[in-house]
Amino acid sequence: MKTMQLHLTVNGKARSWTIAPGALLLDVLRREGYFGVKRGCETGECGACAVLVDGRVINSCLMFAAQAEGREIVTIEGIAQDGRLDPLQEAFLDQGAVQCGFCTGGMIVSARALLDRNPDPTEDQVREALSGHLCRCTGYKKPVEAVLAAASVTRASRLRVAPKKEAAR
Amino acid sequence: MNNHSIVGHNLRKVDGAKLVTGGAAFTDDIQIPGMLYGKILPSPHAHARIRRIDTTRARALPGVHAVLTYRDVPRVPHTTAGQAWPEPSPYDTYLLDCKVRFVGDRVAAVAAETRTIAERAVNLIEVEYEVLPAVLDIEQAMAPGAPVIHDEEDSTKIYDRERNIAGYILREIGNVDEGFREADCIIEREFRTQRQQHAMLEPHVTICWLDPDGRLVIRSSTQVPYHCRRQVAMILQLPVSRVHVIKPRIGGGFGGKQEMLLEDICGALTLAARRPVKIEYTREEEFYMARSRHPQILRMKMGAKRDGTVVASQLTVLATTGAYGSHSTTVQGNTGSKVMPLYRTSNMRFECHVVYTNAPVAGAFRGYGCPQGFFAQETVVDEIAAELGIDPLEFHHRNVIRLGDIDRLSAQLGEGREGLPRVIRSCGLPQCMERAAEAIGWNRKRAARPRNSGPKRRGVGMACTMQGSGIAGIDWASAFLKMNEDGSFYLQVGASDVGGGADTVLSQIAAETLGVGLDKIVITSGDTDITPFDVGAYASSTTIISGGAVKKAAEKVRAQVLQAASKLLEAPVESLDCANNEIFTTTEPRRSIAMADLALHAMYKEKFQIMDGASHFNTDSPPPFCATFAEVEVDTETGQVQVLHLATAVDPGTAINPMLAEGQVEGAVTQGLGYALTEELVLDSAGRPVNPNFLDYKIFSAKDMPKLTTTLVQTDEPLGPFGAKSISEVPINGPAPAIANAIFHAVGVRIRKLPIRPEDVLRELRAAKPLPVEEVAVC
Repeated sequence: MKTMQLHLTVNGKARSWTIAPGALLLDVLRREGYFGVKRGCETGECGACAVLVDGRVINSCLMFAAQAEGREIVTIEGIAQDGRLDPLQEAFLDQGAVQCGFCTGGMIVSARALLDRNPDPTEDQVREALSGHLCRCTGYKKPVEAVLAAASVTRASRLRVAPKKEAAR
Repeated sequence: MNNHSIVGHNLRKVDGAKLVTGGAAFTDDIQIPGMLYGKILPSPHAHARIRRIDTTRARALPGVHAVLTYRDVPRVPHTTAGQAWPEPSPYDTYLLDCKVRFVGDRVAAVAAETRTIAERAVNLIEVEYEVLPAVLDIEQAMAPGAPVIHDEEDSTKIYDRERNIAGYILREIGNVDEGFREADCIIEREFRTQRQQHAMLEPHVTICWLDPDGRLVIRSSTQVPYHCRRQVAMILQLPVSRVHVIKPRIGGGFGGKQEMLLEDICGALTLAARRPVKIEYTREEEFYMARSRHPQILRMKMGAKRDGTVVASQLTVLATTGAYGSHSTTVQGNTGSKVMPLYRTSNMRFECHVVYTNAPVAGAFRGYGCPQGFFAQETVVDEIAAELGIDPLEFHHRNVIRLGDIDRLSAQLGEGREGLPRVIRSCGLPQCMERAAEAIGWNRKRAARPRNSGPKRRGVGMACTMQGSGIAGIDWASAFLKMNEDGSFYLQVGASDVGGGADTVLSQIAAETLGVGLDKIVITSGDTDITPFDVGAYASSTTIISGGAVKKAAEKVRAQVLQAASKLLEAPVESLDCANNEIFTTTEPRRSIAMADLALHAMYKEKFQIMDGASHFNTDSPPPFCATFAEVEVDTETGQVQVLHLATAVDPGTAINPMLAEGQVEGAVTQGLGYALTEELVLDSAGRPVNPNFLDYKIFSAKDMPKLTTTLVQTDEPLGPFGAKSISEVPINGPAPAIANAIFHAVGVRIRKLPIRPEDVLRELRAAKPLPVEEVAVC
């Protein structure tokens, strides 16, 4: 079978993998042990396989792995930094936003992308951002509350560090 | 007031950290060297006999390691329903058969080195079918001359195979005919409900392998590891001791995984190929090759006196179980036994035929027969209240079951057999109604519709529902605890957390009883080699039944802890207590010893492992209660119904973890909302699924949701651990009738068919009288 070499960055680490040209990014990521990327439908309808590709939310079941050449991928495994949970992950735990957890990774990845571009989203904006992630357990109430809580924690921590930056200037 | 330090608190899920970080926790999150991919060839016909099947070309394909047809496997009639032995469901299913009975039924299975090869291999299997007439219409299934779906002779426990009747139920208490004679108002209506699919985000997946001792290991997304082990052993003709079932984290079940669905065929392929095999349903396969909610036609008749007292009720049901009778009589039994006793009349009659059709197989689904029944009953109640000019809230207050009542219908109608009477020992239903009514603004909105002109009309409606907490006299569980030298405890339970948080709730019960922090409990659940027996996660049983076992086991271990501490502290056991990870004297002078020190002493000085286990069952099934209130806006030009607000109040007994309990309510309500408005697996005239994907089978997304208000009305149930009953199922029952009743309040039409589609609303609106308009025109 024909193979090709794929070079990309996953969660900050450079990777080089041998892949089949037609392989889906979802399958390659899971093959390489990124099991947090979930297979829920393989048709781009459920969002369980969502990852960030150069900061944009992509359903990895709809993308050929070959298309990720030279790109930066972030999966749910890369959301926690230096062993510390992201405020979103803390909030999902504190707010009871995780039930079975199968859709959670995709939701958190999408929510991270939202908060990176909009640190102060409205509830409607959060719902819009999560609307590509089907969840059969929670009714979305607690996930939405968790994202809003995480946004508020993140803003508060930025406010606390902001004066120092001002002083440094 | 909660005086517990662990129970009743909103603690994080014990398995939460790995779930928010993408940890490899689910069935498919492992790679086994040499693993093959299994694939099932589904029947393209709704009803056919396999005349010839040739697997030569499939076997010859490089990379194919096993091809199985009915000729290669034992023929053992069984049910796939994950129920306690002896299962009340008919034994009408075979691992593989020479006949197929629905589109999607198993024809053959292969195991190959890659998924692509497996898919190619199934397509290389040549099958010659004798296509038989099929019956898809539920009302035609019993008709004379209808094709007989189960004409095989070796199936058992089928009620009347010649007429395609899987099961039949008739129960009466009191005298319904006399009851109706006393009535001033009788309403009798017909309702139709659809085929709803569980659509859990993780499709069914099973991985099997042979361990070094040659035992069959089954790692599977199941709610019922122990039933699964027993069933697979029987079907593959292995001793139970040669089968090991492991339940990892499960990506949602909702009853769909209370089923031995892939484990048998995956195990058979593993034995044939002598290699590990994985089978995973695609989303499309999940929709029609897994299970769904039983469609029903219900005829509900209820009579009341002029003052609103219900004097008799009668429910006649025709349901279809699809091609196989999994959960057939038990789901439908619940439609009577869990629904009708909500009203206090002593005259009730329930009759039900469950018929086979050549349709995808129905099974267990959250609510288990109650969503259908409550849709009918609560709509009829709303009609009676309207007819008598009584506010529905008031009507409910006058008639619903109360503390101290005995539900005698349940005594007649148990799990496929005689049951046990239900005594109501805790009941927060009146408070549930008040709280949810307040949340929706009932009194104000019933008195005056806020928007009574223009194309969009608003209305509010309500429904009351109940369920059970475990199956009385049948469901049982066990738990085992052992102490480690750091003062922590291993908790081993057969209970199967499928995502709802059972591991957390059970750990909280253990921690509270033992006086240790939640972090001192290390739980293992659902592994048949390690954990003791549990029937599994269904019938709203885990908190009350498995929790009851955990509490008993923890009390026994606590007694051992205190006994050991008694020596060290030189104090009688009766004067000792434990909390905050230490054991202390309750009398002065206060002396204490840390749990960790005690454990070290017990293990290395006393040479004694502190450990014990317990089993638990109940002879009653205390109902959780629920009040659901809906506010809707109906577009009279399009028939579109938008739900603005769903307010739900539930009495779960004590909520062991209120945050997780609320999550159960919100999830159930959302599934109930889909059941009410959007969800239906549609079949074409040949029995083929029309919409087996998430674009065409619509479940609600974050953006589509109405406002949800959740209230827990906690009561103290004497039969439950720390007063707990259950919560996971009951809230799914309310949305459909509450929404239908709100539509009536908004626009004056009754919709008696689910899902409530815009075209049906529009048709009813056009058939009805012109809508009333406000007297003063709005300029």
